[in-house]
Amino acid sequence: MSSSVSPRPLPPSGTAVTAPTAPTAWTPWPAPVVPTALPRRRPRQVGLYLMLTSGALLSVFPLYWLLVIASNTTSDIYKSPPKLWPGGHLVENIGNAFDRVDFLAPLVNTVFVAVAVTFLVLFFDSLAAFAFAKFQFPGRNALFTAVLVTFMLPMQLAIIPQFITMVNLGWVGQLHALIIPAAANAFGIFWLRQYISSAVPDELMDASVLDGAGFMRQYVTVCLPLIRPGLGFLGLYTFIATWNDYLWPLTVLTDPRRITLQVALAQLQSAFGQDYGMIMAGALLAVVPLLVIFLIGARQFIGDIAKGAIR
Amino acid sequence: MTLTASTVSAGVSTSVRPRRRRAVRAWPAYVAIAPFFILFLCFGLYPTIYSLVLSFQKWNGLGAPEWVGLDNYVRLASDDTFWLSVRNTFVIFALSTIPMMLIALVVAAMLNNAVRYSTTLRIAYFVPNITSVVAMAILFGAIFGESFGLANATLNAIGLPDVRWLSTPFGIQLTVSILITYQWTGYNAIIFLAGMQSIGSEVYEAAKVDGAGPVRSFFSITLPLLRPTIAFVLIVSIITGLQSFTESQVLTGSSSPTNPNSGGAGQGGLTMVLYFYQQAFSHSKLGYGASIAWGIFLIVLVFVIISWRYNVKREDPTR
Repeated sequence: MSSSVSPRPLPPSGTAVTAPTAPTAWTPWPAPVVPTALPRRRPRQVGLYLMLTSGALLSVFPLYWLLVIASNTTSDIYKSPPKLWPGGHLVENIGNAFDRVDFLAPLVNTVFVAVAVTFLVLFFDSLAAFAFAKFQFPGRNALFTAVLVTFMLPMQLAIIPQFITMVNLGWVGQLHALIIPAAANAFGIFWLRQYISSAVPDELMDASVLDGAGFMRQYVTVCLPLIRPGLGFLGLYTFIATWNDYLWPLTVLTDPRRITLQVALAQLQSAFGQDYGMIMAGALLAVVPLLVIFLIGARQFIGDIAKGAIR
Repeated sequence: MTLTASTVSAGVSTSVRPRRRRAVRAWPAYVAIAPFFILFLCFGLYPTIYSLVLSFQKWNGLGAPEWVGLDNYVRLASDDTFWLSVRNTFVIFALSTIPMMLIALVVAAMLNNAVRYSTTLRIAYFVPNITSVVAMAILFGAIFGESFGLANATLNAIGLPDVRWLSTPFGIQLTVSILITYQWTGYNAIIFLAGMQSIGSEVYEAAKVDGAGPVRSFFSITLPLLRPTIAFVLIVSIITGLQSFTESQVLTGSSSPTNPNSGGAGQGGLTMVLYFYQQAFSHSKLGYGASIAWGIFLIVLVFVIISWRYNVKREDPTR
């Protein structure tokens, strides 16, 4: 799949420099003279980029507004007209959030749960996907179909009995109530099986068998090095989903001293509803770490998400 | 390993021996897929079957459950609050999914024509989808706040009156829908874009030779060829949209001690899953909660099947 198939011919790349798009397009010197070959294309491109840029700004505007509220005092926010730019109270507001409800423990818990779930999912899903993709064994197809069927079961059907199970196991209020049930999932196995089928050549598998390699050695020396980008995608996906999860942590984490960020944030809001500066500082803490991690892998991640859906 | 293989195959008849022997030789593969199936049996299949049993019982979590047969389902069918939550869910679903799909299609078509900065633009459109729903719901609560919110301040600035976003049922539904639309439009646009890029440029060249303009080729080529992708996005939207919970739970300040998880003013934000959660965990009606969960499952299933038949089957008559 080529990255930019366009149904219409586009102007030579030099012309687009003049389009008022992202700030990076701005140059201190006059724009190069535009070739006159495509005189009627330019206005359309300008309009296109104007609309695309406004849409993109609208997408990121709430994050900007989050920063504005989180860095101003509550009285600044209640002013009319409201303040439209960041102020100097961010550190103070974050400090308040840490003082009033202990925000550090939820942050540590969330990082711990998200990291643990991500590594367990990567390990168990890639092992299972490797077996499904590269080995013949009786019942393989039936078992893989069973994996796909488990996709269909919605979360809330299982949530009450799962809660009762956690009560019986004595896991209610414990972080492993979030980690153990999430340690392997159907989506990851399905996705990685596709990935391994095309990324790990059969010739390499055969060669490693001749070298006397067993299952685990093939997994470590042949499979893992070749599927790193696939693991990167699944890892990021799992990390984001676990970090943002709300319904199950809200249900099972009954001990107020052992909760995750999302639950802490909801509690912060219901307890101190009007102190917007502090609440938004808390929200910022729940959003920014994830945003940084996402931006590092974003390019690859967005491509993989799209490919997965088209398949 | 050889020892195990010979001892197991020694007692079986010759016809099953090769299959059995292959199965035994493949033991590492079975070990590799075992963790998923063990976890699924414990935390997926068993709870699901248990919830079916529970839906025929009356239980508040303490003491012995009481068997009540179909009572929970009979009660569910005449429970006005449940049907209100169904109605709310569908209003929110319509108010969010229709604009979301239309805007996503337009954004995808525009991104498909943009060569420069396409990565930056794509990332910007995708960002709302990875930000925490709880954080965004709290933020939207501030933006759509009635006296000091940015939304009403903007409306006032252009001479329009205040909207009671969070104190009327429809206002709540509108705000929840705007939040859902905000979080999912970019994601869907990225998926539509991938679908558009898998359409070969020759088709468009041919249409152009025949004199079709960009608008005409969008409606006559892009939309029909994009149909499988649209079906995918629609089905995902039905599954997630009909089970929305966090948005309205957080936006309506549901941790209120007197009547928690009730959905705000006029219960306008009470979605099906929020009602399920309220009955099961705020009111400890575990049996009734389980029957609500099965009711939601049936409703979602029916709509997935309808859209599946309508979109996918018509697409491919051989299926």
